[in-house]
Amino acid sequence: MNEGDTLVIESGYYEFEDGLSLDVSNVTIKGEGMEKTILDFKNQQSGAQGFLVTSDKVTLRDFAILDAKGDALKVIGSNGINMINLRTEWTGGPKSTNGAYGFYPVESEDVLIDGCVAIGASDAGIYVGQSKNIIVRNSIAQYNVAGIEIENSYYADVYNNLASHNTAGILVFDLPDLPQQGGHHIRVFDNKSIDNDTDNFAPEGNIVGEVPRGTGIIVMANSDVEIFDNLMSGNGTVNLSIVSYSDETDDPNYYPHPKRIQVHSNTYGPSGFDPDLETGDLAKALYEISNGNMPDIFWDGVVPISQMVFGQPEDEKLIMEEENKVSFLTISPIKYMLGFTNPTRTDKKEFKGVINPLEPIVIDGI
Amino acid sequence: MKNTVQILIVLMLCMRSFAVNDNLIMAETFPKKLSDFAFFYDNSAQVPHEDVIPYELISTLFSDYSYKQRWVYVPNNKKAKYKESWVFDFPIGSALIKTFYYPVDERNPELGKNLLETRLLLRKESGWEAVSYAWNDEQTEAFKKVAGKTINVSWIDFMGEEKEVRYRVPNVNQCKECHAANDKTTPIGPKARNINKEFTYKDGEFNQLAYWMDRQIIDNYPLDLVSPVDWTDESQNMNDRVRSYLDVNCGHCHSPTGNANSTGLYLHLNETRDTHLGVYKKPVATGRGSGGLKYSIVPGKPDESILLHRMISMDPGVMMPESGRALTHEEAVEMVREWILLMEN
Repeated sequence: MNEGDTLVIESGYYEFEDGLSLDVSNVTIKGEGMEKTILDFKNQQSGAQGFLVTSDKVTLRDFAILDAKGDALKVIGSNGINMINLRTEWTGGPKSTNGAYGFYPVESEDVLIDGCVAIGASDAGIYVGQSKNIIVRNSIAQYNVAGIEIENSYYADVYNNLASHNTAGILVFDLPDLPQQGGHHIRVFDNKSIDNDTDNFAPEGNIVGEVPRGTGIIVMANSDVEIFDNLMSGNGTVNLSIVSYSDETDDPNYYPHPKRIQVHSNTYGPSGFDPDLETGDLAKALYEISNGNMPDIFWDGVVPISQMVFGQPEDEKLIMEEENKVSFLTISPIKYMLGFTNPTRTDKKEFKGVINPLEPIVIDGI
Repeated sequence: MKNTVQILIVLMLCMRSFAVNDNLIMAETFPKKLSDFAFFYDNSAQVPHEDVIPYELISTLFSDYSYKQRWVYVPNNKKAKYKESWVFDFPIGSALIKTFYYPVDERNPELGKNLLETRLLLRKESGWEAVSYAWNDEQTEAFKKVAGKTINVSWIDFMGEEKEVRYRVPNVNQCKECHAANDKTTPIGPKARNINKEFTYKDGEFNQLAYWMDRQIIDNYPLDLVSPVDWTDESQNMNDRVRSYLDVNCGHCHSPTGNANSTGLYLHLNETRDTHLGVYKKPVATGRGSGGLKYSIVPGKPDESILLHRMISMDPGVMMPESGRALTHEEAVEMVREWILLMEN
């Protein structure tokens, strides 16, 4: 292919023994539909992913990538990548031997994932890592460990997606010891994160392997995150969880706590009815501290030691504007450490405040 | 006898007029045949033009036990510039040439070899470009393979055992997976420190850097250069051997400027931070590559270390490096296993 080309892959079933790769900029690769143009990798012998993109201004649309040995579609360092109406799937159902990611843009800028379907990834169906300026919309993520994950990324809109029957629906994470960290400015809105009821099948060692079955949305160690107008329901552990990174790290450039998180106007259905006490610490800790009375929204309350003593700066506080019936629980670390019989706080009113909407994400030409 | 001398003279005259095709190195497209470049007098026998200088690296990348022969070509009256801790800055028109082959029988070189592919890195005006030429079955010519090629090949190893491999000639994009720094294509091997060793030339044994100076293809090199050790040299310190191996096998991607920089695992020779070298470092986007293990390296526990797990694996979704390997490098695995086992907590 040369710059400016459009390659059409006609309907049909195409089997590959080796990974595909694209390193030409300004091109479109187009199938005839995610149910019609099928790239099948079940007999893959080489290549760490089904399809690798390393060039700029690329549009991929209307085809499916099935049963890749590693990640299905990986995009490294692309400036302008559109993934539209694509499907990535592992057809044998949720298995730890499935590839890690369905959609995996990393170190990229201007990333669009629109109308895509991701099924069966052993880490995240849709994963955007260490990227900037991101839109993930109108997509479906099912039977993955994490449905949609935005990690160590700046400026993302995640909206109008359905995340269901995953272990966890939508994750906004930040991790230490990486070239890009300090994830911030993430809007998660108008999504349905419902019935996430698949046992965690991630291989151990991965951060998502710690996520309990039945979580709607988790925000970890990001700043400026706005969660609004979502439906979270049928999540057996907890609908919404806001937490710090809890493992040890000696990375001096890493900030492990969430700050400036705004939560408003979401709809909460049943949750906490089947907490996954077997996976990670989150569900177990929450179950113990709430005496089994699991809230809709949980904040772990962990802040830097100085803030435990002197309080959080006003402009870094969690703000919540939700209906009265929505239940909430947080832990007061000081009370917890001093051995109070009830170290929790459950009154949302203390977290009321003025919502400062984050700016929408704009990608030129979209 | 007189006839033979005449033929020899004619042959020598031919050779003198025979020159590497500089225009083709610089051209926008790659020619179909390797012989068009005229790097070799005798293509099949890989006898190089006198301006095409053979070289070796102290430690090499494992490529399924294949053998590699390397040559460097720098256009006349030009020199590559020395760069500290980096590959020489070769002038436009330079070429790095590498032929991959298996001997028919490792116990007996006289039985010949099976040439698989010749990879080229060509320094054009716009920068380096990579391409590979795969040898035909007759071993008379190598043809350009932009999309790569699969070669099922077998050979007899030192133990007299028949070995087989599904050898992959990389496609041009895969070349860039490893040969990339800051998103630009680059050579990996010919850093001054990597070639600081003796080599037996037709005209005798010399240090390669000294020879390159003498042939006037480089401008300079430091005399106090610190070089990695040959990882196969068991008389050397274990840590030095392992770091040398990891540098050349992993460090081109696993460095802050390489293709795997998003992992935070850095295995190039200059890295000194334990976490970034993998010690108690958690996987990031490893997926099932982790094999259910929690850290890249657990000191004292090689079987709990993801790094070793991925060196051993032959599953495309797990194995490292991601491309260029279909077999496990047993000797290196043993060395790294011992290194982790002896590592202090």
